[in-house]
Amino acid sequence: MSLEQFKNRNVGTQNYKKLDLSHSPSSGWGEFKQVVSRTFKPELFVGLWVTLREMGNALLGGKMHTTQYPFEKLPISPRYRAIHEMLRLMESGNYRCIGCGLCEKICISNCISMETRYDENQRKEVSKYTINFGRCIFCGYCAEVCPELAIVHGQRYETASEQRASFSLFEDMLTPIDKLNLQQEYQGFGAISPNADDNIKKTPLAY
Amino acid sequence: METTILPEVTALGVIIKAILILAIIAAIAGFGTFIERKILAFMQRRLGPMYVGPYGLLQLIADGIKLFTKEDIIPQHANKVIFAVAPAITAATAFIALAAVPVFPDFTIPFVDIYVPSIASDINVGILFVLGMMAAGLYGPLLAGMAQANKWGIIGSARTAIQFLSYEVVTGLSILAPIMMVGSLSFVDFNDYQTDGLWMVVYQPVAFVLFIIAGFAETNRTPFDLLEHEAEVISGYATEYSGLRWGMFFIGEYANMITIGVVASVVFLGGYNDFWIFPGWFMIVAKIAFSFFFMLWVRAAWPHVRPDQLMWLCWKVLMPLAVVNVIITGIVMMLV
Repeated sequence: MSLEQFKNRNVGTQNYKKLDLSHSPSSGWGEFKQVVSRTFKPELFVGLWVTLREMGNALLGGKMHTTQYPFEKLPISPRYRAIHEMLRLMESGNYRCIGCGLCEKICISNCISMETRYDENQRKEVSKYTINFGRCIFCGYCAEVCPELAIVHGQRYETASEQRASFSLFEDMLTPIDKLNLQQEYQGFGAISPNADDNIKKTPLAY
Repeated sequence: METTILPEVTALGVIIKAILILAIIAAIAGFGTFIERKILAFMQRRLGPMYVGPYGLLQLIADGIKLFTKEDIIPQHANKVIFAVAPAITAATAFIALAAVPVFPDFTIPFVDIYVPSIASDINVGILFVLGMMAAGLYGPLLAGMAQANKWGIIGSARTAIQFLSYEVVTGLSILAPIMMVGSLSFVDFNDYQTDGLWMVVYQPVAFVLFIIAGFAETNRTPFDLLEHEAEVISGYATEYSGLRWGMFFIGEYANMITIGVVASVVFLGGYNDFWIFPGWFMIVAKIAFSFFFMLWVRAAWPHVRPDQLMWLCWKVLMPLAVVNVIITGIVMMLV
């Protein structure tokens, strides 16, 4: 586009293409013909057919849209950053956290606080670990920096509660030892959601 | 020649039938709201009410409790008497209209052997009575809109007036042609006219279409729900209504839908005559149910029209068609 064309802001003189609309009738006879042709066109019945077809699709074809939310949940992406989880080692069942303190250090809203000490085997042990969810902005730095994949973001997004504290203690975030076999490994940043295949659609090339 | 024994009409029978009509139609009208929500939901591929009871069936009771226990508010500047009476007009006229329509063929109660003519009162001006009652029902929205001191209500009642004036002509003229053919205003005569299996709609297709269109206007259903279209006039005549009074408007509306279904079935669609292997009572229930479903179907499919379009349609298209239909019917009857 040349500069002159670009500078031309006078809308009225530009080359707009008009849609090919049929002309509206000018005479009374033309109007009458339009009414008659519209009356006998089956367009209204096309509308009826479409709604009936969709009802058939919904009831018989299993194309109902509704997800009954509290009872059914859509899978969320592994990238989703919900309430944190502390994972355990699969072999021993010990928690993975080595008490390095990197997450506490990197936390930009300063909401992680931890205390560590040496246990009787001279191993680092986490004696206190809390996340203040009033401050946490769910940026995900703690999960990203963790060298042991010990703290990750889980899928628990329903966080309405009487007290924030009920999410934030180490024991609450830690995988329960009897559910160790159900522990999900973190898929990693960039992982796709489990139902990604279902969401793939053909690109509508006609558009 | 054997004399026909006229069905015995006893006061007790009429009272029982009146109570039955009131109870059953009120229940069906309430249940109709549930059906409407379900059908509309299915047509939009939703589930509709699901949580109260199995498949949401008890939603009706929940809604009823809510309506009954709501605070009854009458606006400060409203005309209180008319405001209170208006919903009763709509509900009452809807039920009174049902007194003169036959819903089943006559039958005999087994074991006690009592012959029951299944129409509360077979008056000889049945059609005029029903149409008149349904027209009188429009006084409900009209008075309600004017009594509530609310601009949306005023607009709603103005729309009631124009809608009333528009469709009533078409209803009367469209049903005039079948009346000419049958030569009676009684619904029972209409039904008996079609015993040979040829429905009136075969003779009078134009009148049938006109009557259905006018029937939609008469019951305030989409595409003619001008009176209370939320997107334009909040809720029209029902803006200031809540709780039980509001519920009475809707029971009246749904009862009217059933009445229109009955009238269309009896006058045009063969009434309660046996059809093929199906008994008459099943046929008329099926026809009424289909016409109810058709009203919901149309609501799911079609947009509604503007008031000026309704007037244009009724006065410039439907009324001339109805008049032409009446004239042609008359000429054919004269020649044949």
